[in-house]
Amino acid sequence: MGKIEIPLGPQHPALEEPESFNLLLQGERVAAATVALGYNHRGMEKACESRTYIQNIYLLERICGICSHSHSTCYVQTVEQIAGVRVPERALYIRTLIGELERIHSHLLWLGIAGHEIGFMTLFMCSWKDREVVMDILEMLTGNRVNYGMNTIGGVRRDITPEQAEEVLKALDVLEERTKYYTKVATEEVTIISRLSGVGKLSNEDGLRLGAVGPVLRASGVARDVRKDDPYAAYANLDFKVATDEHADVFGRTVVRVLELMESYKICRQVLKEMPDGSISVKVPGKVPAGEAMSRYEAPRGEDLHYVKANGTDMPERVKVRAPTLANLAAITHMIEGGYLADVPIVIAAIDPCFSCTDRMVKVTDLKTGGEKKFDWDGLRRYSIDFYAKRGVDFRNTSIGKEER
Amino acid sequence: MEKEASILQEIAKRFISLEGAGLIPAERRIYLEVPQEIFMDVIKFAAKELGFKHLCTITGMDSASCFEFIYHISNDDGIVLNLELKAQKENPVISSVLPVYNGAVFYERELEGMLGVKVSGLPEGRQYPLPDNWPAGQFPLRKDWKPDKTAKEEGPDGKN
Repeated sequence: MGKIEIPLGPQHPALEEPESFNLLLQGERVAAATVALGYNHRGMEKACESRTYIQNIYLLERICGICSHSHSTCYVQTVEQIAGVRVPERALYIRTLIGELERIHSHLLWLGIAGHEIGFMTLFMCSWKDREVVMDILEMLTGNRVNYGMNTIGGVRRDITPEQAEEVLKALDVLEERTKYYTKVATEEVTIISRLSGVGKLSNEDGLRLGAVGPVLRASGVARDVRKDDPYAAYANLDFKVATDEHADVFGRTVVRVLELMESYKICRQVLKEMPDGSISVKVPGKVPAGEAMSRYEAPRGEDLHYVKANGTDMPERVKVRAPTLANLAAITHMIEGGYLADVPIVIAAIDPCFSCTDRMVKVTDLKTGGEKKFDWDGLRRYSIDFYAKRGVDFRNTSIGKEER
Repeated sequence: MEKEASILQEIAKRFISLEGAGLIPAERRIYLEVPQEIFMDVIKFAAKELGFKHLCTITGMDSASCFEFIYHISNDDGIVLNLELKAQKENPVISSVLPVYNGAVFYERELEGMLGVKVSGLPEGRQYPLPDNWPAGQFPLRKDWKPDKTAKEEGPDGKN
């Protein structure tokens, strides 16, 4: 049988972000794969060298639209270590809370993407609808849906009031209930099991050998988690399990992420219960003494690493960032090889490569009149219900029409 | 910080020239500068015999007099051993750690692309992370490199 070489990307409907795979096909199977990256390179490490430590928090927060808190926390931890700052306990608990809420939103988002990639659109719609619950909570606590701007060197920028904590607890109950249902779907639904089992295999040895991180590695049976192994923020004081699975395929990665959601709810409740009183930040001088430090953070996608070298001024000498997706890319070519071409999109999606989601304000242009109108989420929802009512599909008296968010 | 100290002792026992070297600035953090001649032996020893099986990443930087590379490797206790390697500024060459850490390919390509250091033993492949049409001999992470703010980006068809 002849071999055919086909490119997948950098722009391809199956990929959420530009990256390029060169696949050598033998029949329907991938005989060899190479990956080319760098299409999103923005020169941030160089840019950090000409910005102050404070400016860099906001720059580095924008590395990713989803793990934004992960990157900013990892960076401030590194700078705090060089400056010898003792961060107030309360700030560490708040960082942990935002970090876990971020993990919840990221994993729910991933579950939707996985559903989308395998044509299970109901799962996609449901999990993204539920994800809005945690997005609203994040917006309430930080003022933003993404790029929360919570961290600063020496602590956090906003406190959490008892009323806000109440709201978070209520939302956690809703999310936990829904996640129990997703756990059932992910582990019992025949469509998911037969579509994902045996796809994108990564053995325990290969995962370790190729330096995989996060849920990808944990789904191959390795209980490696920075929150446990190299604890930061408040994790050393919290009780949680590291979710692992032995399936070592895309199915296993799904199970691990759903189990991690359940652990995250547990962590959030503990944080809210045990959060000590006190100040939320200490003042740190703009100039950081010469020195170097590195810090690790368990982002939703796995181990994130920042290294900073300080030269005694208010700008760093060098900032190095290694995001988790890069660590998983050596494993991805291995997972694609030997599998079917049709499985490539879900195998790539299963490492959960990063991409951004942003604003939700919608500008609608009326094509007939040319007029423009702005909607918020509830407004758009009411508009769509009225729109269909005029055309004979009346949702107004059903649960969809009544359910006010 | 007994575990950290005993790791340094183990290394010093095997490589006598490293006796007394190394710093433990914080819990679970070890920094050790290793001369280029024994670097591959030390990293192999740490990976195979001391349990530092995971290469987190490699940091490369341009110091005033030389290029510095830090190999951040970690073990199951969450300890990160930062092995520091120096290379001369003129025609810098370092050896690839791919035989020890099979997943290191992108980390080493990044060193080649951003700092212009030759990594011997790295297989042929597309450069990372700079684009294919990036001018030769331009290495953004070198301290003497400054972005040309007047240059316009050229599209694939030769137009802007």
